[in-house]
Amino acid sequence: MREMIISELTQAMHELARGFAHFLPRLMVMLILAFVGWLIAYVVKVSLRSILRLIRFDKLSENAGASQLLNKAALPSSSELLSRFAFWVAWLGFILLGVSILGIFGLEEQIARFFLFLPRLFVALFISFFGLLAAGFFSRAALLAAVNANLPSPRLLSIAIRAIIIVFVLSVVFEELGLAEQTMLVAFGIAFGALMLGFAIAFGLGGRDLARRFLEKRFVGEKADENEDELSPL
Amino acid sequence: MSQNAIMQERPIPLLSEIKLAEESFLTDDLLRQLINIGEVDILVGLPTHNNVKTVGLIVQQIQSGILRWFPRERAAIINVDAGSRDGTPELVTGISIDDIHRASNLYALRTLHSISTQYSSHTASGGVLRIILSAAELLRAKACVVMSPESSNVEPEWLSKLLMPIYKDGVDFVTPTYRRHKFAGILITNLLYPMSRAVYGVRIREPYATEFGFSGRLGSQFLGQTSWGSGTEGSDLELRLTLAAITGGCRVSQAFLGGKAHVERRAADLVPALRQTVGSLFSALEPDFPFWSAASGSQPVATTGPEPEFTLEPLRVNRKRLREMFSSGVVELDSVFQSILSPPTLEEIKRIAVLGEDDFRYPAELWVRTVYEFAAAYHKSVINRDHIIQALAPLFRGRAFMFVVENRNSSADQVENNIESLCLEFERLKPYLLQMWNG
Repeated sequence: MREMIISELTQAMHELARGFAHFLPRLMVMLILAFVGWLIAYVVKVSLRSILRLIRFDKLSENAGASQLLNKAALPSSSELLSRFAFWVAWLGFILLGVSILGIFGLEEQIARFFLFLPRLFVALFISFFGLLAAGFFSRAALLAAVNANLPSPRLLSIAIRAIIIVFVLSVVFEELGLAEQTMLVAFGIAFGALMLGFAIAFGLGGRDLARRFLEKRFVGEKADENEDELSPL
Repeated sequence: MSQNAIMQERPIPLLSEIKLAEESFLTDDLLRQLINIGEVDILVGLPTHNNVKTVGLIVQQIQSGILRWFPRERAAIINVDAGSRDGTPELVTGISIDDIHRASNLYALRTLHSISTQYSSHTASGGVLRIILSAAELLRAKACVVMSPESSNVEPEWLSKLLMPIYKDGVDFVTPTYRRHKFAGILITNLLYPMSRAVYGVRIREPYATEFGFSGRLGSQFLGQTSWGSGTEGSDLELRLTLAAITGGCRVSQAFLGGKAHVERRAADLVPALRQTVGSLFSALEPDFPFWSAASGSQPVATTGPEPEFTLEPLRVNRKRLREMFSSGVVELDSVFQSILSPPTLEEIKRIAVLGEDDFRYPAELWVRTVYEFAAAYHKSVINRDHIIQALAPLFRGRAFMFVVENRNSSADQVENNIESLCLEFERLKPYLLQMWNG
């Protein structure tokens, strides 16, 4: 009995030692991959940060209004954030590659799915950034045009334009990420439809006088008096 | 005629001429017309766009001016039209010089050519000037003049005043001065003249002129220096030409033309006017930095005729609207101004924006700091450059309101003194522009 227990224990110890001996090189490979990955990710981060500073990405991000959002959330500048993001994506990629070498059952499929998801994540980030840039540009253009045309509530108009573009961009981003596609589609449809209906009612009720004046000026040739400075700037 | 004589009549085209002819912006039809003309001494450029009401008289006055002052010179009128639908180009080319002969008993010893060409209206005035400059170069004109199609009170003497200093005295650029109403051209009196004078160090009263004369030499130089197609197509180049004459060390003079007809403009015209003038000035500051950063003070420019004058007849100005648009603009554009203006300047502007009409004051120093900070923001492209120019409009209205209130009961001399003190303020604060520019 005693011998049997000892034999089993010895066999278990041998198997454990064999398993460990089998696992140890893989672990070493994984650690080496993680270390090399860290080095590469660090180089990627530093290079990307330099490139982004060179192309004045922070200014672009400021124009897009992204910097204000980041400031409010107490996050670093957009070039720093993007370079850190690249660092983590690169390093995580190497770590996951190392983990897949360990041969842990069930993890490989998840890792493969993660790598397949990465391009979509990048596209979504790209769309978000340029969407924010477009929203900032067009809302500011609308604000300036409305102020210089002396239209009522220019800021409201500007915010509405920004909101429409952001809603549109978000719907595209979620579709790209494959997250709650149906929900986002329906939500976008409802939000956009409500916004347009709101505008239609607002313009219909509030713009009657404006439309009348416009038509009178256009077709009856009514002389505009109060809308003119009567000062030639040049 | 011998081969040599032909060669003397029409020398071998310069390389720049061949290049010009090859460039696609000159249409085949225009090239054909220019070749038919050959060479000229005097070229008159007349840009038009639906100006049938005024252009007939202007062409007659130009023809009369040529007959009276340049009867022995080879002359041509080139009309560059932006697609008029009221028959303007036909009117320009159809006006017979015989009417002038009969009316004035003057006869030209040379044929006076009148040609017309069309360009795409979206090209704006930069394209017009380029066509006129190119035509001048191809025709080897010694002196050129550009006339405004809106000047209903143009006189034949204007041609002599703008061209004679170039043709006879070797001047390269002649800008006009006018007799204007004290509240006309506020953008010129409160921004363009004082700023261009302070920055470039030359006192040109009308740096953005719609009538001006230039030598063939300056035209060729400007045509060769300007990087066409890099944003210049959409902008007006009259101001750039003025600045090029200054930075190129050319001989510049001014000529008093008389009264400037009041052109009625709508409030909506302010932003395009700012783009054409202030946008051109701000964008010229970048390439001209080595010149203007070294210049200090300002030098007067020789003027033919009397000094510019102001008329004082009553003019209805909607002051209330000017102030309201300034105040609402300051409130609504706060986020935009935060990107452009320094915090002390913005705070000061916000403070005056809430003041009543009686207490309102937009002092010269604050206005100068505002303009200089806008110029620096434009240089640094803190936001889209066109947005920076648009954002200046409400602040300019505030300054215009201030100018109107300040000079409501002023005499012509007092108005002139106020403009002069504003100019000196621009000159005094020039180091601030340099500091903001390099900061």
